[in-house]
Amino acid sequence: MRRRIGAKQAFTAWAVAVFAFLYLPILVMAIFAFNKPSATSVAAFHGSSICDIPPDQVGNITVWNGFTSCWFSAGLHDPTYIPAIVTSLQIAAVAAVISTVLGLCAALALARLKPRYRAPFDAVVYLTLVVPEIVIAVAYLIFFVQARNYFPAFPPLGKSTILLGQIVFNASIAMLIIRARFVGMGDTLEEAAYDLGSGPLATFRQVTLPRLMPAIVAAALLSFTFSFDDYIVPAFTNGTTNTWPIVLYSAVRFGLTPAVNALATIMLTVTVLAVIVTAIVLRRSRVRASPGQEPAPGLDIAVGLR
Amino acid sequence: MAVAEQTETGAVTAPGPRRKRSFRPHYPGWLMAPSLLYYAVFFLGPLAILVAFSLATQQGFGSLSYGFDIAQYRLIGNSLYTTIFARTLVMASVGSLLTIAVGYPLAYWMARYLTTYKMLALLLVVVPFWTSFLIRTYALKIILDPHGYLARFAGIDILYTKYAVAVGLVYNYLPLFILPVFASLERMDWTLIEAATDLGARPFTAFRQITLRLTLPGVITGALLVFIPMTGEYIIPNILSGGNYEFVGNVIGDQFNQAQNQPFGSALSIALMGVLSVFVIVYILFATKEEQFGA
Repeated sequence: MRRRIGAKQAFTAWAVAVFAFLYLPILVMAIFAFNKPSATSVAAFHGSSICDIPPDQVGNITVWNGFTSCWFSAGLHDPTYIPAIVTSLQIAAVAAVISTVLGLCAALALARLKPRYRAPFDAVVYLTLVVPEIVIAVAYLIFFVQARNYFPAFPPLGKSTILLGQIVFNASIAMLIIRARFVGMGDTLEEAAYDLGSGPLATFRQVTLPRLMPAIVAAALLSFTFSFDDYIVPAFTNGTTNTWPIVLYSAVRFGLTPAVNALATIMLTVTVLAVIVTAIVLRRSRVRASPGQEPAPGLDIAVGLR
Repeated sequence: MAVAEQTETGAVTAPGPRRKRSFRPHYPGWLMAPSLLYYAVFFLGPLAILVAFSLATQQGFGSLSYGFDIAQYRLIGNSLYTTIFARTLVMASVGSLLTIAVGYPLAYWMARYLTTYKMLALLLVVVPFWTSFLIRTYALKIILDPHGYLARFAGIDILYTKYAVAVGLVYNYLPLFILPVFASLERMDWTLIEAATDLGARPFTAFRQITLRLTLPGVITGALLVFIPMTGEYIIPNILSGGNYEFVGNVIGDQFNQAQNQPFGSALSIALMGVLSVFVIVYILFATKEEQFGA
């Protein structure tokens, strides 16, 4: 008996350590969003706000120099970061809508198809998930440049090419989430609707769609998040367009101020809220899934492959 | 998914009187046409042109002629690049093993000892995975900074080395490993452990002979699930090694960013996919086997 309690405590200690490992860096980043530039650089600076100090002069900002909240307003007024964030939001919104619609249509058509006919399509879907992102990113770069060479109507590298590239992966994720839910909920209610004289369209609108809604919402939110956070595909297909991950990346590699921490903290907060909403939606969908079925595996699939 | 299919087909072939189903809800097949078309043009198209590029011949700066030139693939045999391939696979293996070592006890703790807070713990595991990969890697970089507290007071000064890359791999992929392992631990029948200990097995023996064996499929699934993307990793080595310790992915990126040797970059990409496909096939074989035995 004594031994078992000891084991439990040891495991709990390990778990605390692992959660600390997962969350401390993020916490430290958030705390350092309130960090002042180093004392020497503040002394040497003659502007009105210490948060106007350029990246190469802020000194050592990985140790605590004192509290200031001005990085948040500096970040939110930054001429590089804010337009990039707006661009990312636009791309992510369109990507989420298109991916979810594509995924929904494919899920409906595929879910009750014979495995024999479904297999080739599934193979392509899984291929979109396992091909390394760097590989597909360079392939898009070649493809989009060549497409414009041969078809002048094809859009140049920019927002539209980023979007075209990102939709592939997101549509696959959306399809898997929606199909899992669709298969999981069975077809008894649809059969009942047909028996009661409802046509195909009315059945879809009144029976199928409402019950698919949690999965559709989850798929859309996830596509949005994945698209918004994606660095690799935009980095190769952006042309001269800047997205938030692109400016963040170059800031991380080539010098930054705590304004980046401030913006990253805001982003993280928004994402975490979105995740919690998604989790709640998915849990509700789990409760309402038909009896005798496995709970909707949306969560697992959602994090299954990036 | 598979469960539903099995019961459905099982019901059809089951003998005995049953109501004949007059209804098969079918959504029209053309609904998959848009995504089929999309994948064909914007996914298979780029992959095809990647293959074509990898076999093309570079003629001067930026112009090339298509053909069947395997010179680029020969170049990969150069020890410079085989080293990078080997390094990538070794690092992905080390990263996966470390992830197992860190993640398995946590999943075990969640499944075995938690009741009320199980969902909360699961959410805590999942949340980092849904937040920006880049932001998390950046957060790790702050902690590991040579001017930071960890380096100055704990003597852990590993930024821009392979150790930082390994930490980054574990840090970013841990949630992805924990989920399937936790799922297999959740499915396990814990009364087996009670029975074993009642029959005199020591706790560790019971763990080794029952828990570990029953959850091994989950562990292998999880390990491959992190190994595969780790092999194609780009961001972590770039940020945490500062370009000192490149993976294959980074070399590919360099061919398109700086070197402008697109045929060689394409050949590297195809080679990387070839290496990865071995592991993907292992994973698929393994997953279908696991499904068959219902583990």
